Amino acid sequence: MSEQSYVRDEMLPELPPPATEVGVIGWMRENLFSGWLNTILTLAGIVIVYFAVAAALPWFLNSVWNANSLSECREILEGEAGACWGVIRDRFNQLMFGFYPHEEQWRPVLAFVLLFVAIAPILFNPMPLEMKIAWGGFIIFGLWLLWITGAPILAHLAFLVAGLALYYEPWARKMLFFSALYPFIMVWLMWGGSAWYVISALLGFVIGYLIYRLLEPIMGFLIAVIVSVLVAIGWWFFLAAPFAAWMAGIIPLELTPVESRKFGGLMLSVMLGVTGIVGSLPLGIVLALARQSDLLIVKTISVGFIEFIRGVPLITLLFVASTLLNIFLPPGTEFDIILRVMIMVTLFASAYMAEVIRGGLAALPRGQYEAADALGLDYWKAQRLIIMPQALKISIPGIVSTFIGLFKDTTLVSIIGLLDMLGLANAIRATTAWNGIIWELYIFIAFVFFIFCFAMSRYSMYLERKLQTGH
Amino acid sequence: MSELATERQVDRSKMRVSDEVAIDIVNMNKWYGSFHVLRDINLTVNRGERIVIAGPSGSGKSTLIRCINRLEEHQKGQIIVDGTELSSDLKNIDKIRREVGMVFQHFNLFPHLTILENCTLAPIWVRKMPRKEAEEIAMHFLRKVKIPEQADKYPGQLSGGQQQRVAIARSLCMKPRIMLFDEPTSALDPEMIKEVLDTMIELAEEGMTMLVVTHEMGFARKVANRVIFMDQGQIVEQNEPEEFFNNPKSERTKLFLSQILGH
Repeated sequence: MSEQSYVRDEMLPELPPPATEVGVIGWMRENLFSGWLNTILTLAGIVIVYFAVAAALPWFLNSVWNANSLSECREILEGEAGACWGVIRDRFNQLMFGFYPHEEQWRPVLAFVLLFVAIAPILFNPMPLEMKIAWGGFIIFGLWLLWITGAPILAHLAFLVAGLALYYEPWARKMLFFSALYPFIMVWLMWGGSAWYVISALLGFVIGYLIYRLLEPIMGFLIAVIVSVLVAIGWWFFLAAPFAAWMAGIIPLELTPVESRKFGGLMLSVMLGVTGIVGSLPLGIVLALARQSDLLIVKTISVGFIEFIRGVPLITLLFVASTLLNIFLPPGTEFDIILRVMIMVTLFASAYMAEVIRGGLAALPRGQYEAADALGLDYWKAQRLIIMPQALKISIPGIVSTFIGLFKDTTLVSIIGLLDMLGLANAIRATTAWNGIIWELYIFIAFVFFIFCFAMSRYSMYLERKLQTGH
Repeated sequence: MSELATERQVDRSKMRVSDEVAIDIVNMNKWYGSFHVLRDINLTVNRGERIVIAGPSGSGKSTLIRCINRLEEHQKGQIIVDGTELSSDLKNIDKIRREVGMVFQHFNLFPHLTILENCTLAPIWVRKMPRKEAEEIAMHFLRKVKIPEQADKYPGQLSGGQQQRVAIARSLCMKPRIMLFDEPTSALDPEMIKEVLDTMIELAEEGMTMLVVTHEMGFARKVANRVIFMDQGQIVEQNEPEEFFNNPKSERTKLFLSQILGH
């Protein structure tokens, strides 16, 4: 045998790693004390955390909940540092609903809990076990909310049936119908009035769809779409209102009307945020595809729209919505301020969304397009089945960032006179009772926003894990 | 690469070439911008032929077969597939793509779908087949490429060779009459080339019309009925494999063969 020749006779067994590498000690060695710099930073960190907690904790522990004004609160505290949460208790209703009439507040609550019924089948399909348990808790919570806001029994029942329907597998998928109907239900619940106006608006979509189905086999996709859109628009402009008035005369389905300027608080933020989120995703997809299109005009319009909207601050757009838009519209048109803001917020978010999705599209290898082409899938099928599912998955972090940004941007409406929580905070601080309070209000508002944004962030991580198909 | 990576015996009894024309390419030219990639290509493929296209990289061989299902657009001349001429008419393109299967160098499986879904997608959405029937056909072809047990996995969980076999099965699920292979083994480890070639041989034995761009000269020798050598965007030489390898006519072919078979 030569010097270099070597043959292994037996394979080595697997051994456990040394004790200093695993467990608590191993973790601390690696993460906290891996070198002198790291050790100093760890100790400095501990000191900073200690001082922060030492300063804030007594203030938190010394909380006063039962006070109706700041002066009353100070009397109770007797000069000591302490949080005065009385303001939250005193103005909680206002922070949630703005100036929405008290006896009607079950309506926004019903709209809010039904919102979850509407989005659950989209977000969780199928529902994982933990969600099923959590969902039961949510149903009880929703019923309780409806109870304390004095909702009629019918509202309780409607929510209960809709909530339980998600448990029953054969119905769970069909509940997507409810998701599609939800915007109309929401509008009726929030603004009230005759349900027939909402129903006839909905009928416009139904009529358009039926005409499309009827014409598509005869005249082809494009003409069918154009005709059905024209018919639907004609319905909305000329027939919808008389039809609704006529039906309301026969079967009145009335809720007390509530004007837009009474909307406010968290309710307003959630309404604007949800419509913005729901509207900006499809619009963003369309814009992103248009921007990648070979058709010059489509592409130019898309690029122009995106660059214009992104180049203008949201506040400017909101001012346009609140004042300028009325100048351009024919005199006498009543165009609801909240609706205008919803449209502006949606357009604003969709421009960002389009760029985020374009990033996802750009990350897809060309081979995916080629494979879809080679299998004979047409453009729309390839987009829907192959390209978009992957592009959207890649874009999830960016999409959710945009959602979160959009939700927080809804606070800007306080500048055009809509009273969201932040706007209300200023109003509350201007009252004699709570003049001078700062921290408690803003901490509470921050906390509420954090809950919503953190939930979105967590959901996006769940979704990324769920869609993970690699090794 | 001189020897076929597989020792499988090839049964040529069913590999019969009919008189029916499957693909007819007449004076076809293509440019990328001002670069003339394909020059005056004339090629007639009869049903049942197994044609191997060889040549140095950049010679236009991939571009040629990608023109046949319109992944690339040609600017001059005609391509007629199964009696349908390729033009910018989308109906014709769709019709041809339904009849022509393609296997890519990098597999191009859809990573967000399971193996089974990859195979059933086109039959369901393009051929409007009921899901159940599409799944039966998919399982049939997955058994044929010998990976039925992987049906519920995702492409990312499979080895390169397995993925390429799935890609072949996916194409076959559309029941194509012609199969195009664009360097199907070039991205594979040597150990996995064999399993893919075996699948391709099996397909050839069943009488499939195949156009294969490859550097596997062993495959060409054993399976092909015609070898085409391309250089600088033109067909330089074509012949039966025996003649092509043993007695190449053109100097360029001789040089290429000496380089590729030299060691």
